[in-house]
Amino acid sequence: MSSFIESLTEYQLDTLKEIGNIGSGNAATSLSMLLNHKVDMNVPAVRVVGFDQMMDLVGGADKLIVAVFLRIEGEAPGNMFFVLSPGEAETFVKEMTGIESFSVEQPPLDEMALSALQELGNILAGAYLSALSDFIQVLLQPSVPLLTIDMAGAILAEGLMELSQVSDYAIIIDTIIDDHENDREPITGHFFLLPDPDSFPKIFDRLGVSEQ
Amino acid sequence: MTIQTNEIIKVGIADLKFAKSPDVLRTSGLGSCVGVVVYDSSLNIAGMSHVMLPDSSLSKRSDLNELKYADTAIPFLVNQLLRDGARKFALKAKIAGGAQMFSFSSSNDMLRVGARNVEAVKQILTEYRIPIIAEDVHGNSGRTIEFNLETNMLKIRTVSQGETEI
Repeated sequence: MSSFIESLTEYQLDTLKEIGNIGSGNAATSLSMLLNHKVDMNVPAVRVVGFDQMMDLVGGADKLIVAVFLRIEGEAPGNMFFVLSPGEAETFVKEMTGIESFSVEQPPLDEMALSALQELGNILAGAYLSALSDFIQVLLQPSVPLLTIDMAGAILAEGLMELSQVSDYAIIIDTIIDDHENDREPITGHFFLLPDPDSFPKIFDRLGVSEQ
Repeated sequence: MTIQTNEIIKVGIADLKFAKSPDVLRTSGLGSCVGVVVYDSSLNIAGMSHVMLPDSSLSKRSDLNELKYADTAIPFLVNQLLRDGARKFALKAKIAGGAQMFSFSSSNDMLRVGARNVEAVKQILTEYRIPIIAEDVHGNSGRTIEFNLETNMLKIRTVSQGETEI
């Protein structure tokens, strides 16, 4: 295991958890406004996982997922994913656009539906990152978010390329947001934040939790 | 009488496994990564590698994982097959993957990694004089691949195009 991951202290892991908390808290508020009802957020988990384990978090490498990916540029670069299952994405599209027939497994996919999903990713990731940027006092510039519907392994591995040059493990800040409407399946979204290896010292430094 | 069951041997990311007939080698969710199968068709032995990056000199570590890079994983794969009795002249390869999952308008070279992986895999196989019998590379879809050691066929599944065999 790579040295910087091995040497993380409990305190630093807690700090990363707080980053997930603040980011997804803001994202949950945005989603709540978008859908006009209550959205819950669970306690974030910070996981140090092997690449295969990361795929297992969303159901395995060949599981179909709907993902919005964006690259974070700036002082603490990294990658970010917002992941929904096909069923959750369909629920969201129906709620937002009223398109009842939308199914991610039946192409051609409705442009309006895709646009709604892209916008969902845009709003949530933007909310997450701006809160994060304020918290750690670092300028973060997200790229245009890209929507992809494909196998989890194929999509998530793209976010591991930078990291895989220094480690066989990824530090994932995983938060799940959950909207509660009794009459249907909840929308449960995973946020995966994958800071580049060099970003960790910067983040810790700004938050005053650098190694002793 | 013995009943043969085809065991499916799973190959993870930056991983490599060997098998013999009647087993099946499978790796799931290849995006920009490349699945490389090298086999001796008459002995029905094969190895499958899930290559993640083209070149081990990119590594910023000394204790690198040699199964992750095309230039270290393929030599490992070939040498182990030869140790297991495969004949060098009989080795053949099938490859799949190397897609570009996202198209950023960015100068970041990491985003072209699929094409670079394919290029590196082909170059190394050429150096070993192992012919590539079939390939399904590039594009922008994820692939799950299965190599059947009884038939030496590589089954490729994508979300949009279903299954094909090469």
